[in-house]
Amino acid sequence: MDQVIRFRSAVALVGRFPVLAGVDLDVARGEIVLLQGANGAGKTSVLRACAGLLRVAAGEACVLGQDLVADPRAVRRRIGLFGHSTALYDDLSAVDNVRFAVRASGAALSTVDAAMERLGLTGRLPATSVGDLSAGQRKRVALAVLVARDPELWLLDEPHAGLDEYHRDLLDHLVEDVVGRGATVVLASHEADRARRLAGRIVTVAGGVVSALTPSLSAAQPEATAHVA
Amino acid sequence: MWRDALVVGGKDLRVEMRSRVTTTQVAPYAILVLLLFGFAFDQNHSILTQAAPGLFWIAVLLCSMLAVQRSFALEAADGARDGLRLSGLDPAGIFLGKAAAVAVQLLILEVVLGMGIAVLFGTSFHDPALLVVSAAVATVGLASAGTLYGMVAAGLRVRETLLPLLVLPVVAPVLLAATQAWMAALGLTTADGWRWLTLLVSFTAIYVTFGVLSFAILVEEA
Repeated sequence: MDQVIRFRSAVALVGRFPVLAGVDLDVARGEIVLLQGANGAGKTSVLRACAGLLRVAAGEACVLGQDLVADPRAVRRRIGLFGHSTALYDDLSAVDNVRFAVRASGAALSTVDAAMERLGLTGRLPATSVGDLSAGQRKRVALAVLVARDPELWLLDEPHAGLDEYHRDLLDHLVEDVVGRGATVVLASHEADRARRLAGRIVTVAGGVVSALTPSLSAAQPEATAHVA
Repeated sequence: MWRDALVVGGKDLRVEMRSRVTTTQVAPYAILVLLLFGFAFDQNHSILTQAAPGLFWIAVLLCSMLAVQRSFALEAADGARDGLRLSGLDPAGIFLGKAAAVAVQLLILEVVLGMGIAVLFGTSFHDPALLVVSAAVATVGLASAGTLYGMVAAGLRVRETLLPLLVLPVVAPVLLAATQAWMAALGLTTADGWRWLTLLVSFTAIYVTFGVLSFAILVEEA
């Protein structure tokens, strides 16, 4: 299996503070990997570094075959990040937001309608300004962006937060679908039971100093814990 | 780059069309500025007529600050700038798109303000070609410089107050050249207004080039 993510002693700084202080992480194509850890452990930083949004200052960081240390922008079009913020424009309608994101990423506009429908954004919702939507509806629009863009690597930061039970299930099915089609998913979630059922492997990120170990796991197996470097 | 510029510029203009900030807030603000100038110089109407080009361009400058701040406030909200970065858009295209959207808004405002100075200050247009060309070039220059510095200030907590401090001194040549060109175009001076276009074109070319070349760094570091 080819590697989608390969971090070796990856260090990333915010100001002078090392939010990543030597992360080792391997993720193969088609895997679903759960990052777990306490608040402030560095899960979001790992995801942002994988997306090329947080510059890796030292060590090795390779995502989808691209060296992020040399060029963090090279890989972004092939990655989808679904995080705490939705990256939507309040004044645009839901469908215009999705169309813009799809156009910007160079994907085909023909995917937009199906993505909206998949997330239950039908009826009056597509034409409604995102600023007028509920938090859960906004998250569904952001998810529709990901579905329409169809990236190779999905980075999900607390994806279940703000969604009702039905749409949490829908999200899980969505993740299983895209992995079935060859995509790779790395998620960070405090919804432990749900996320563990979804993930094939669990990586624990601990403390302000982050380390990652990647033992093979399934839901039926005991959880493996990464040690702090 | 051009395709990305169209995508970003189209998005910014669509946001403005839906929010109507330019028409309901910036345009009334611009007209208010003109009215206040009118009150201030009401005692002597000839001064008002003579100063009309300068007052016009000061009003445009002030409005350009609002337009640029608005343009980057959109990207600051709810992680939109990360969305832009993740989309893989060419930073030069982002710069051109955002500058073009600001320029379009300013051009619309200038039409409104132009009618305002004609009505309020009693100006007449002697050289419409010079008027239009100098306004177009100056507007692109203002939008380019504003967008460039708007990105510089975007990542800072004090961006709203810092932006005018950064931009207003830099765009002083535009104010000077556009005012002189308009004085000639309005028949307020016998000097050749077209020669001021050289300064406007140079300023605009420098800032468009600088923006295209440097925006990648600014987007990453903001």
